[in-house]
Amino acid sequence: MTIRLRTLAPLALLFTVPAAAQTASPPPATPPQGTEEGGLSGAVSDDSDWQNLGIAIPAFATNADVPTQTSAGSTSALGFAMAGIITANLQNNGLFKPTGPTSLPRPALAQIQAPDFGTWSARSAEMLVHGFVRAEANGQITVGCYLYDVALQQNLAKAGWTVPPAEWRRAAHKCADMVYSRLSGESPFFDSRIAYIAETGPKDRRLKRLAIMDSDGANHRYLTTGQTMALTPRYSPDYKSILYLSYFQGNPRIFIYNLETNSQRLLLQSRDPLFAPRWSPDGKWVLYSVARAGNTDIYKMPSSGGDPVKLTDSPGIDIGGSFSPDGSRIVFESDRSGSQQVYVMNADGTGQRRISFFGGRAATPEWSPRGDQIAFTHIAGNFRIAVMDPGGANLRYLTDSWQDEAPTWAPNGRVIQFFRTARGSGKTGIWQVDLTGRNERKLETPVDGSDPAWGPLRP
Amino acid sequence: MNTSPRFTTLALMLAGSLALSACATKAPKQLPPDPGAGVGTNSSQGGMQGIVPGSQADFAAQMMGQDTIFFDTDKYNIDSADQAALQAQAAWLMRYPAKRVTLEGHCDERGTREYNLALGERRANAAKNYLASLGVDPARITTVSYGKERPIALASTEEAWARNRRAVTITID
Repeated sequence: MTIRLRTLAPLALLFTVPAAAQTASPPPATPPQGTEEGGLSGAVSDDSDWQNLGIAIPAFATNADVPTQTSAGSTSALGFAMAGIITANLQNNGLFKPTGPTSLPRPALAQIQAPDFGTWSARSAEMLVHGFVRAEANGQITVGCYLYDVALQQNLAKAGWTVPPAEWRRAAHKCADMVYSRLSGESPFFDSRIAYIAETGPKDRRLKRLAIMDSDGANHRYLTTGQTMALTPRYSPDYKSILYLSYFQGNPRIFIYNLETNSQRLLLQSRDPLFAPRWSPDGKWVLYSVARAGNTDIYKMPSSGGDPVKLTDSPGIDIGGSFSPDGSRIVFESDRSGSQQVYVMNADGTGQRRISFFGGRAATPEWSPRGDQIAFTHIAGNFRIAVMDPGGANLRYLTDSWQDEAPTWAPNGRVIQFFRTARGSGKTGIWQVDLTGRNERKLETPVDGSDPAWGPLRP
Repeated sequence: MNTSPRFTTLALMLAGSLALSACATKAPKQLPPDPGAGVGTNSSQGGMQGIVPGSQADFAAQMMGQDTIFFDTDKYNIDSADQAALQAQAAWLMRYPAKRVTLEGHCDERGTREYNLALGERRANAAKNYLASLGVDPARITTVSYGKERPIALASTEEAWARNRRAVTITID
């Protein structure tokens, strides 16, 4: 089932402004990555105090309050829900102080392009998000999104999308992404999905099911029944399939779950247990680990099938692996030195060298999509999520709890999810933290959750 | 991700009615079946009455706890207590040469998930190798690792973790 998300120049449809005027005057450019001009002062990884930018996000206006096929209700209710989603997205990042639609007056349609700046400056809003919602004759929903600087009385960014009713939340995520990118100078990440393992039941007989959800926990769906234990999923870069470990027929093997056909198959036949499946950033390769006679090594094979290549050959446990964004290198975990540590190698297995030298054990390394950091689990008594640079320097802890494990990066490399296990009960939950380590929160899931795997920004 | 030429791009997309594919969201009426039946582990069976010699129930009863060996943190070596247990297991297995066994490797919760899967496999394999060294045909022995997924002691204490770092021999009836 292919869902269409059509982007469009919204104003041309809603207002009698020549379309050419829209394309001729694009919103101010988002600064290129790595520069700070135009964004907030400081970088997300900076330890300095954050500006808390006040953003007013009133309900989106509509041309006519009519029923829709969305789960939100009428266009008016949809406009309210949109602003709520955007507000929730922009919270907890340490960057913004968003105020949502529940405590703000709703603008009229005409004000979307010509805001009543006096109202908003009186409310001490520095930034203003306006939008509109319109139901199309074919049931689709058109959403326009505008970001204004209240003091400057200036439009900073605008965009629009037409989405099928079932995909209405994506328009809100796209709008939040536009605001986040324009104001922070960082790449967007809200319009993305997460695969994870939903957990229920007692500690000694946990039921573990493969599940997927949007980056904010919405559109949750179970993919397996729990009859067979499922672990360690990874979304393919194109979101069409998920690699995961299953105990089908009693032994751990790697399956590919095809989300378009809702069918699954073995990645490859093997008499030996297979663990730790991973995709290359371009989706062309799969990494996996094979245990043979007590010795575990990392292999790679073309995702379309073909001959595996053995990448490691140490007598210890070499496991996991995460490609650098350009696909040229792989960071992985090995206990060849006597304890779990983080190593880097070239994508063909050459040049293996240890990069973690700070005491304790270092596990589950994941290369940032930006390439500048490696997130991992540092074990020294407690398990903590930490980052280091790809050379192994500048260790920085992001969390401090009894057992935090298995970081996964947001598509923009600025936020990390992981799972936290409670001492005693063994209950798990998915948590999220930004690179400052200051903005940590639990992601609400229907049941307990572990092994989160964040997919890329959706197309 | 540079978003600056958004409007130009958008207009082009609209003109071409370019449909960008995204992943499916329509939930199926019911979940597809799992690949297969669930896994059992550590099923202890029956009481003492009516135990068939050479059965798993017989093995469990005869071993009196020695169907399980224990490991130190992050270790997989076979110590003297383990050797005694595996010798008892081997003696029983030599008596019933047609019996096949599964060796389950387990870890405590204080390890990362994937590493523990590999470590559990290593433990099961160490026990298998020792049984083989005692004359049990390795072709009779399969191994499976559950990592930290199937603890028997549920507390988060050193004592509970010590009980969970184990390899369990289960004969196949």
